[in-house]
Amino acid sequence: MTGLAYYPGCTLKTKARNLEEPAIASMEVLGIKLEEISRWNCCGAVYSLSNDDLIHQMAPVRNLIRVKEQGKNKVVTLCAFCFNTLKRANILMREDAEKSNTINSFMNEEIDYTGEVEVMHLLEFLRDEIGWGDLTQKVRRPLRGLKVAPYYGCMLLRPREVAIDSVENPTILQDYLRALGATPIDFPFSARCCGSYQIVSSPDDISGYAWDILSSASSQGAEALVLTCPLCAYNLGQGQRQFTEKHSGFKEMPLFYFTQLLAIALGLDPALCQFQLNYAEPELLLREKNLLP
Amino acid sequence: MTAKEQNKNPAEPVAKEERAVSKVKLIPVYIMGRRYEVPEGLTIMKSMEYAGYKFIRGCGCRGGTCGACGTVYRKPGDYKLQVALACQKTVEPDMYIAQIPFFPANRAKFEFEELTSAPEEIFKIYPEIFRCVACNACSKACPQGIEVMDAIAALKQGNIAEAARLSFDCIQCGLCTSRCFGELAQYHVLQLARRIYGAKIAPKAKHLSRMVEEVDEGKYEEFLEELKKASEQELKKLYQERETEPMTAGEDWVPKDTTYL
Amino acid sequence: MSVTISRKKLGSEFVKKVKDISGQNLQLCYQCGMCSGVCPAASNMDLSPRQIIELARLGFEEEIAKSKTVWICASCLACTINCPRGFDLSKLMEAIRLLTLRKNVDHVRPEQISLDERSELPQIAIVSALRKFTG
Repeated sequence: MTGLAYYPGCTLKTKARNLEEPAIASMEVLGIKLEEISRWNCCGAVYSLSNDDLIHQMAPVRNLIRVKEQGKNKVVTLCAFCFNTLKRANILMREDAEKSNTINSFMNEEIDYTGEVEVMHLLEFLRDEIGWGDLTQKVRRPLRGLKVAPYYGCMLLRPREVAIDSVENPTILQDYLRALGATPIDFPFSARCCGSYQIVSSPDDISGYAWDILSSASSQGAEALVLTCPLCAYNLGQGQRQFTEKHSGFKEMPLFYFTQLLAIALGLDPALCQFQLNYAEPELLLREKNLLP
Repeated sequence: MTAKEQNKNPAEPVAKEERAVSKVKLIPVYIMGRRYEVPEGLTIMKSMEYAGYKFIRGCGCRGGTCGACGTVYRKPGDYKLQVALACQKTVEPDMYIAQIPFFPANRAKFEFEELTSAPEEIFKIYPEIFRCVACNACSKACPQGIEVMDAIAALKQGNIAEAARLSFDCIQCGLCTSRCFGELAQYHVLQLARRIYGAKIAPKAKHLSRMVEEVDEGKYEEFLEELKKASEQELKKLYQERETEPMTAGEDWVPKDTTYL
Repeated sequence: MSVTISRKKLGSEFVKKVKDISGQNLQLCYQCGMCSGVCPAASNMDLSPRQIIELARLGFEEEIAKSKTVWICASCLACTINCPRGFDLSKLMEAIRLLTLRKNVDHVRPEQISLDERSELPQIAIVSALRKFTG
């Protein structure tokens, strides 16, 4: 069993346990032990976009320092939002010598860091270090007949320097779904923003974004969406709740985390998936397709 | 000079060098920007009193546990702000000192009995904890050496038990909040975490619960009444003839009178 | 809309600060409108992303301040990756927000988030909202 440094992020320990638990169990089946780094802190969720302020870089950089001081040179995350922030901060430390110097001098209670660690999202790891072929071999319950629309959201693909796949025509989630035996359903809004933090300040806009995304996926024949981010899951779930009152003909769409589909396909106990934390009763759909033991 | 005269002439120091006791080395310190010479080996608090200051706030137990005397100081040529408790820290030459006896930190109102042990309760009461940017200024400002940033991080992750464990030594001095970039009141938030942990999460000692039940049921009423009625001689006799568990007693030791076991 | 361009506005503190905080060269924009086209929030905005850059470049601080555009931007970066001139509009949006936030004027206050929301929202939502909308 190989160990792999793992950064969870705050939400995965509470609201998104259904993203983390199936991941840990599934990776063990694939021979990888996800080792949570110790003394991690909240990464800040969003990457600070200002050119002149460095204090907001401290949170993600500190986590990268933790990985380095714990002797690891690679860290994997499940949450796309955390992935984006950590990776962008990493690029800053690697490419901007002046800023990296200032940050290191300020954080004088920590060891110096200049980008020694590699930040990966689990999907990249599965594609590049496990391989779709090997993944398919471990599948015990192929997700036959499950028509899933791959929803990338923003953070896995933007900006270009962090993208885990082609920015315009990504296929990593489709390949992943095929490897698990499911049928990926392409749709035009797969990389459109769910509204992100606007759920707090302009919550009424969220149902509009959710409608665009979900109605498009549904019109292409998707029965469910696969996601990688707890904020997308919340926004699309909440958004659905709001517009099903307005658009009564719309059939609610279950939203799966990619790690939940992984666990089901690998034949693990569905209880690990903690479906009770999901929106719109995904178990009903899985049962319909005979995908539950 | 009386206190009243001192108040009229604050520029007149009460402590003058003539008071210096021979053979004790005097060192310079700067209190609130003003230079004084105080005997080496005194604590900051004692040296301020030597200099003539009378504490009416910012002083409490004098024993390092009440958190009233949070102090910030600097050494010459060094930009670093350092922290200490005035009652514990010995003065050093050229220390530049100021006290933080109180800070207007947000102390939310809530009904403790109505809270559950879910971390969401703390998110509801102190949503400003999400403003933490992990700058670590709080940990640097803690005179007890607590990893304040880590404790808040644990709380954001929903781990009340860990936050309680990490902040155990907190004495509520408020220095963390005085330096906080995100303007959260770490010491109030973490106190709530410790209270929730102690009352609603930590396992309860079964023998303690049982004891409380027995007391409520009146098992000890008669005994207490007898003691209340007893004369001084009877009490002295009972005390002198009491049985104590020997140091070498094993697990199976029982007293002669097992009525109240 | 009609506006009056002046040398005073072009060389104003506002333009300098916006350039500094965003780190972007405002002269790059040739107003193709690609950003407005890909922006998912554009239909809710009073000033489009394209209009924001032009107004920022020309120093129209008040018009921008009256607009809610930068406050409904979700930093999705669709504009950034689609700009043919490599201009990072997400950074300009952030710079304009920061000009207000750094004056200690918050767009979101934690008290405005209802108790239910504080309990139900995933932590990343509250953390990111407070980072983006409070000073």
